[in-house]
Amino acid sequence: MEKERQLLVVFPHPDDEAFGVSGTIATHINNGTPVTYACLTLGEMGRNMGDPPFCNRETLPLIRKQELQDSANIIGIKDLRMLGYRDKTIEFEDEEKLINHMGSLIDELNPSLIISFYPGYAVHPDHDATGRAVVKAVERLPKEKRPKLHLVAFSNNCIDELGEPDIRHDVSAVMDTKIAAIKAHRSQTQLMATEMEEKLKVNDPDMIAWLQNERFWTYSIKN
Amino acid sequence: MEPVIPEKVQAELDRFANQDVFLHLETTNGAYAAHKDQSFFNSGAYIRNALIQYELGKVTGIGPYRIGLKLNIGWVYAEGITHFEVDDQERLLLAGHDYQGKLAVALQISKTPF
Repeated sequence: MEKERQLLVVFPHPDDEAFGVSGTIATHINNGTPVTYACLTLGEMGRNMGDPPFCNRETLPLIRKQELQDSANIIGIKDLRMLGYRDKTIEFEDEEKLINHMGSLIDELNPSLIISFYPGYAVHPDHDATGRAVVKAVERLPKEKRPKLHLVAFSNNCIDELGEPDIRHDVSAVMDTKIAAIKAHRSQTQLMATEMEEKLKVNDPDMIAWLQNERFWTYSIKN
Repeated sequence: MEPVIPEKVQAELDRFANQDVFLHLETTNGAYAAHKDQSFFNSGAYIRNALIQYELGKVTGIGPYRIGLKLNIGWVYAEGITHFEVDDQERLLLAGHDYQGKLAVALQISKTPF
């Protein structure tokens, strides 16, 4: 993995950083790259409350905030920013305000690489709206100041329309960190973590591949 | 939260009747339902901090339960309610959790904004 000056990760929900990208983030941290994670919401509208439920609609944000801090500590992220937006509302915010917010983070941190979602191919409306604001903020920078954009896509049509991802990171060296980060989001991942660990015990090839490979599409800005 | 005890929920609904209260009402399948099953039609709605006043509130059914609030000029309705809690701010939190424990519906009443 190329050494970066500064990595900025922008996702809307606590746990977005854990699934598809925590291995990549941990590897950058091991390389000595400073990492900032800007998380837009606290996942206030999540459906998972634990089974049996150990939280409710009103306590969920507090619990997810703690889980986010735990996950960031596990991955080694020292600069965690919680931006204070509300889950499921990102696409309804004033887009200009959102783009400027992203722009101010980029100005402050001067990242050489940004990881976010690929707008239009990231399934959840919050993911698409976040990715769109990040891309637009980068588009507004002068060419020579633009960081690279490595974006996460997972919609059912993403390979058909975007082609194969041009970046694949094998994160097997930091697998334990990744699994621990996923499990830190206990309210959200309790059910799937049990299944994940059972599959890992019997060396299920699909599960290993899913955890080991992190894939990104480089977003290229026209002109 | 604990499984609905209709008598307790009914007493709570009575406690909030005939005064200004703030309502949170929500149904959801989650944002990934149609991604996981393309034949599934995704839908949902929520309203947070609607200021209402109801003259009659009832819990009905044998579980999962239904809740209906009769307003002077309309209705509030939720079905699939399985759990309830009166939290430390004396707010009534009602929710329906599906067979995997995921939240499917929520109806919450408070004297102060959520």
